[in-house]
Amino acid sequence: MSLSAKPLALHLGLIAVLFAAQFMLPSYHATNVSRIMVLSVFAMGYNIAFGYTGLLSLGHALFFAAGMYGMGLPIWTLGWAPVPALIAGLVAGGALAGLVGLLALRTAGVSFMIVTLMFAQAGYLTLLYLNTHTGGDEGFVVDSAARMIAGFDLSTDTPRYMAALILFAIAMLICLWLVRSPFGRVMVAMRENEERSRMLGYNPFRVKLTALVISGLYAGMAGAAYGMLFGYVGATFATIQYSILPMLYVLLGGAGTVIGPFLGALLMFYLIDIASGYTTAYLFVVGAALVVLVLFAPKGILGTIRERGLKWLP
Amino acid sequence: MAALMEAKGLTRHFGGLRAVDGVDFRLQQGEIHALIGPNGAGKTTFVSLLSGRIPVQSGTITLADEDITRLPAHARVKKGIAYTFQITSVYPRLTVFDNVALAAQSAGALGLEAQVAAALAQVNLAGFGGELAGNLSYGHQRLLEVAMGLALKPRILILDEPTQGLAAGEIEGFKTLVRSLVPATTVLLIEHNMDVVMDLATQITVLNFGKVLATGAPDAIRSNPEVQNAYLGGGDDAEG
Repeated sequence: MSLSAKPLALHLGLIAVLFAAQFMLPSYHATNVSRIMVLSVFAMGYNIAFGYTGLLSLGHALFFAAGMYGMGLPIWTLGWAPVPALIAGLVAGGALAGLVGLLALRTAGVSFMIVTLMFAQAGYLTLLYLNTHTGGDEGFVVDSAARMIAGFDLSTDTPRYMAALILFAIAMLICLWLVRSPFGRVMVAMRENEERSRMLGYNPFRVKLTALVISGLYAGMAGAAYGMLFGYVGATFATIQYSILPMLYVLLGGAGTVIGPFLGALLMFYLIDIASGYTTAYLFVVGAALVVLVLFAPKGILGTIRERGLKWLP
Repeated sequence: MAALMEAKGLTRHFGGLRAVDGVDFRLQQGEIHALIGPNGAGKTTFVSLLSGRIPVQSGTITLADEDITRLPAHARVKKGIAYTFQITSVYPRLTVFDNVALAAQSAGALGLEAQVAAALAQVNLAGFGGELAGNLSYGHQRLLEVAMGLALKPRILILDEPTQGLAAGEIEGFKTLVRSLVPATTVLLIEHNMDVVMDLATQITVLNFGKVLATGAPDAIRSNPEVQNAYLGGGDDAEG
């Protein structure tokens, strides 16, 4: 643990680069990077469950959407201010993850994937069913008056980028702290060998539930921020696609690495962006990239780099 | 004298196999109690019942007069019953330090690095902290397993065939280590190496076909004709 200076410098360096990038990037790309940073927070949360604790969930869209609607609905129907609404989104993501975890964590492995997938589908269908309250598949636009925080209009480029960056920085530093904490070590132990961890006095159910709730808080916060920064809340974000995206980001960047989710989100976002400029079959390109990844770097980019030399990479 | 741990009528059948069949057992504070018996006698199943890895079918287990029969395994560990696996079960992809730290922090995380260093020094693995556990030699992985048990600071340390795969020199060191643990820690030892058993144990229980064949001091066990017949002298060598 004495090598803590290098990882800290690396992560603070990334934040500094992202801060500087907003002055150099054209507006289109600055908005993309804002999106990527928020989606990375979602992926970081996914990584805490999957990459560190070994919980392969296919239901994280539910927690993302819980955050988005938890933020959006109080603004839409009750006229809440933005900050309490964002907190409501954060809490909604964590609470729903806790609830799903209480039931789904009675299973493991493939069953866990299927049970979480089912919960997420049920959530999506509930949003559609209650369309008079949720806006159904059309969703709703977040009132622009509710997108002002401390005088900054989050619908404009620079405040939006800064808000995304602040959220990203806080989320990443908390994640870095978490995975290097004693609890982070227990999460990894649970991933590596649940039975052994039990015989060291750790309650597997409690550890996994805690990790899933933290993961849900991240997803909820990301969903709330996404709705607030880009002004739209919709049921699309509760579809299976949004459960799979964070998994792809994490696998590409490197499961069980702190920066991996960001790197994966960045590359995947631009891969889709560039490929869709050439062909409507851009998902084919994504698929091919994943096949290459699984064949040649199954631990993801940073996972492979860590294995080949940078052992201190958290 | 009240036993630190006591089992009464402990039973576990697997289908028609009576792995553990009505065993009464007492473990006194501070002793080194060896559990011996031919292969398949039910030794590992018996300690798995004590540690909670396998649920009990009937019978009771008490720890310092508290009934722990239905307590889950992780809660028993917290109460001071540590189990080291027969088949080496370290975390191969984590460092030696992290392996031991997981045990030490489970018992309370104060001064983690010092506790880990102390446990590693006890098993002569000081200086291996940064290595991946999976890269250690088999003998060293066995010792790491023991260090994890020690770092839990248990009241009862259950060692399941700890000397298997150790070199002769390492076995000597291991015996010294176990002797240094008592009487603060009580040791329950499953062991096939009779020299180790006769040298270390203050009390021996012999299991055969899931039942207690005899229990007593090493000399009494050695001269017990039934034991000789079933295990020590008669028939196959127990090794392997």
